[in-house]
Amino acid sequence: MSAVLRIPTVLRPALGGAVTVSVEGHTIGDVLSELTNAYPAVKGQLLNDDGTLHRFLNVYINDDDVRYLGGVNAPVANDDEITLLPAVAGGVA
Amino acid sequence: MLSLERHLRDAMIATCIRALPDEGCGLLLGVRESERSVVRDVIASENVLHSAKVYEIDSKVLLRAHRRADEEGLEVLGVFHSHTHTEAYPSPTDIAQAPDPAWQYVLVSLRDVPTVVRTYRIVDGAVSEDEVVGH
Repeated sequence: MSAVLRIPTVLRPALGGAVTVSVEGHTIGDVLSELTNAYPAVKGQLLNDDGTLHRFLNVYINDDDVRYLGGVNAPVANDDEITLLPAVAGGVA
Repeated sequence: MLSLERHLRDAMIATCIRALPDEGCGLLLGVRESERSVVRDVIASENVLHSAKVYEIDSKVLLRAHRRADEEGLEVLGVFHSHTHTEAYPSPTDIAQAPDPAWQYVLVSLRDVPTVVRTYRIVDGAVSEDEVVGH
């Protein structure tokens, strides 16, 4: 499946500088693994060592957060738009 | 420098007060004019962690804010959140989790009366206070 991936400003330097790239894969896990293989600098920022989604990365397929679509197993369809956005979190703890 | 009109500052503080006893949070939309970040709108978010000590912006609010910014020629300038019982200074967690060196990190301290609003830039773990003008 071929989808379009939108890359946030903070990840662009590590992912070749583009705003959008065309990606292949049947699941979000496939897409993120492929990116990690192509750009080793982002290793650890997209997926954890056990292959699960990084806690502070939000991944969306079209308008939906993939955490509610099966996480890394979320299916990717042709022409889907995938967006990566770093989670915004913090606090005094 | 963060340019923040009075009504937007009030909207931000109101979001934080409504969230009590939890930390309140939201995003700042606007434009960058050289060294000045001009806030055009304040977008309230639910604190999805429902905690007085930590916060996280709702992922749907985050996506919508970025989409709206693209559509209206704006940028997501930064984030605000409240500290309910501590000063308006980024905590070690805030610093460690700051995703974007270009962002303004606004702290609203509800400990003090009147409410204290301060803004910071966080670059590679180094915190520097920036000026808030327009209120």
